[in-house]
Amino acid sequence: MDTVLQFFSTNGDEMLYKTWEHLYISLIAAILGILIAVPLGIALTRFPKGAGFVMGVLGVIQTFPSFAILAFFIPLLGVGKTPAIIALFFYSVLPILRNTYTGVSGIQKSLIESGRGMGMTGWERIRYVEVPLAIPVIMAGIRLSIVYLIGWATLASFIGGGGLGDYIFSGLNLYQPEFIIAGAVPVTVLALLTDLLLGKVEGWVTPKGMKKMREAA
Amino acid sequence: MLKFDHVSKIYKGGKRAVDDLNLEIAKGEFICFIGPSGCGKTTTMKMINRLIEPTNGSIYINGENIMEKDPVQLRRKIGYVIQQIGLFPHMTIQENISLVLKLLKWPEEKRHARARELLTLVDMTPDYLEKYPHELSGGQQQRIGVLRALAADQPLILMDEPFGALDPITRDSLQEEFKKLQKKLDKTIVFVTHDMDEAIKLADRIVIMRDGQLVQCDSPDEILRNPANEFVEEFIGKDRLLQARPNIQTVEQIMNPKPITITGERTLSEAIQLMKQQRVDTLLVVDEAGVLQGFIDVEIIDQKRKKENLVKDVVETTIFTVEKDTLVRDTVRKILKRGMKYVPVVDQRHHLVGIVTRASLVDIVYDSIWGEDEVTNIG
Ligand SMILES: Nc1ncnc2c1ncn2[C@@H]1O[C@H](COP(=O)(O)OP(=O)(O)OP(=O)(O)O)[C@@H](O)[C@H]1O
Repeated sequence: MDTVLQFFSTNGDEMLYKTWEHLYISLIAAILGILIAVPLGIALTRFPKGAGFVMGVLGVIQTFPSFAILAFFIPLLGVGKTPAIIALFFYSVLPILRNTYTGVSGIQKSLIESGRGMGMTGWERIRYVEVPLAIPVIMAGIRLSIVYLIGWATLASFIGGGGLGDYIFSGLNLYQPEFIIAGAVPVTVLALLTDLLLGKVEGWVTPKGMKKMREAA
Repeated sequence: MLKFDHVSKIYKGGKRAVDDLNLEIAKGEFICFIGPSGCGKTTTMKMINRLIEPTNGSIYINGENIMEKDPVQLRRKIGYVIQQIGLFPHMTIQENISLVLKLLKWPEEKRHARARELLTLVDMTPDYLEKYPHELSGGQQQRIGVLRALAADQPLILMDEPFGALDPITRDSLQEEFKKLQKKLDKTIVFVTHDMDEAIKLADRIVIMRDGQLVQCDSPDEILRNPANEFVEEFIGKDRLLQARPNIQTVEQIMNPKPITITGERTLSEAIQLMKQQRVDTLLVVDEAGVLQGFIDVEIIDQKRKKENLVKDVVETTIFTVEKDTLVRDTVRKILKRGMKYVPVVDQRHHLVGIVTRASLVDIVYDSIWGEDEVTNIG
């Protein structure tokens, strides 16, 4: 216990910084993932035949060991935050994409037909019908993906991306358990807090009418 | 206002869903498309708002070829009601009704006012505006579905079996309401159904289709009197043809013109006496001018005899009536559907002029079966 306290008093500021760095890498990767995966997911619902293929390919990429992906980016993009973010971004895409696709394609056909029949453009259909109705499912994908990313972002340290992974790797290299703890505990706390917060956000973005409907059901 | 000119639809795989259809529909007309499943009626309707594109031929609305128009703009000017109702669960009733207006970029306030105004058309109170679809009954939901199609005052409305998923009683009342609404608002309606009763009740003209082709297109009366061929005859069914016999057209012609009545000033013992004499269990109550007030029956008298003395104190005023120029077939349907033993017949000013009982209906049926030309009323 003493060593932990001592560790905090000498490394406290640095730890805060590393935590922030960790969060930053994960969030930027997640935001990029959302920006790409949500529109792509909606687009795929327009081509159900291509959707299976795209999803399959992404599924395969997902199974590559994360170290391999990170290592793969070193010759292409060098070391630092950018390659770390890009690598993590690849991981964030699949859960969001899959949930967007299932969410949107699960909407009742009659609602889509109503929308089309009353004269909605493709864009209006997305904005007024598809996104609001699929948002709970999409949000669940985003939440899952961000929580994973916070875990994986530990590996960013491996290619010089910084973050809490720095502690864990130094700890492993130098056989100093307090460093490992200083890295692992904040990562876990960060992941749990984020999950909690995003769970709340999921509630906020779910349209009121749908919440009431669920309560009634 | 709507014209089909040699329109065909051939689906991928060669299915000929609509085959060389020619048809003209006038403004304000209520047209029902009917036919067995798969005859192409839905396809025909969906070609009008271009949810389905015709393979050959052209469709004109007010002389303009719809293929030359932007489908989105076209659809905003055509109301569309579907069987599954399709209200958006995440929007309030107000938002659902006025969604088309939002697409048309109406300002918020005008949309609100319009939704409120429309709601009064179906006798729903403004507090429904803030509710969500799942808080409404199926019948109420479809009323909103209809209002949504009226929101932008679209002159043409397409309806795909809109009342098909409702229970028979709700369906009945929505049909009646909607027919009145249509007359009042002077809309042109294209209505797809597979329910012949519904088509007869609602349509100005019925279009009967089979295998993508138009078999007959006429008024309900004309179709009932002169079915074009055996297919139509079969499709209409024997009992409806019987009901449509030309010599028993209106209720006035088949009713018993001497219903047993009593005035409110008489005593209950007099009422009982009269019932005994005439061997009936119900008396219709009228005032001196012959205006129908209600009815009393044995049960009511039995319950109230101890407390009340005069007929007017116990008369039951909720009573279902028909007007004397109502068509017989509508009355028959009502009597049978609602399980009523009799219906009083009144004129426009609610004077009692006769009564139709189950017995008089039996007469009609016997008569049609054994083919006597003169209809004899029971006295
Ligand atoms: N997208 C499609 N591709 C191929 N064939 C189709 C398609 N849609 C409909 N059909 C076929 O075209 C024919 C007419 O269909 P349509 O839906 O117009 O019939 P309908 O008379 O409305 O029948 P129902 O009352 O069952 O809806 C049917 O045989 C149907 O199987």
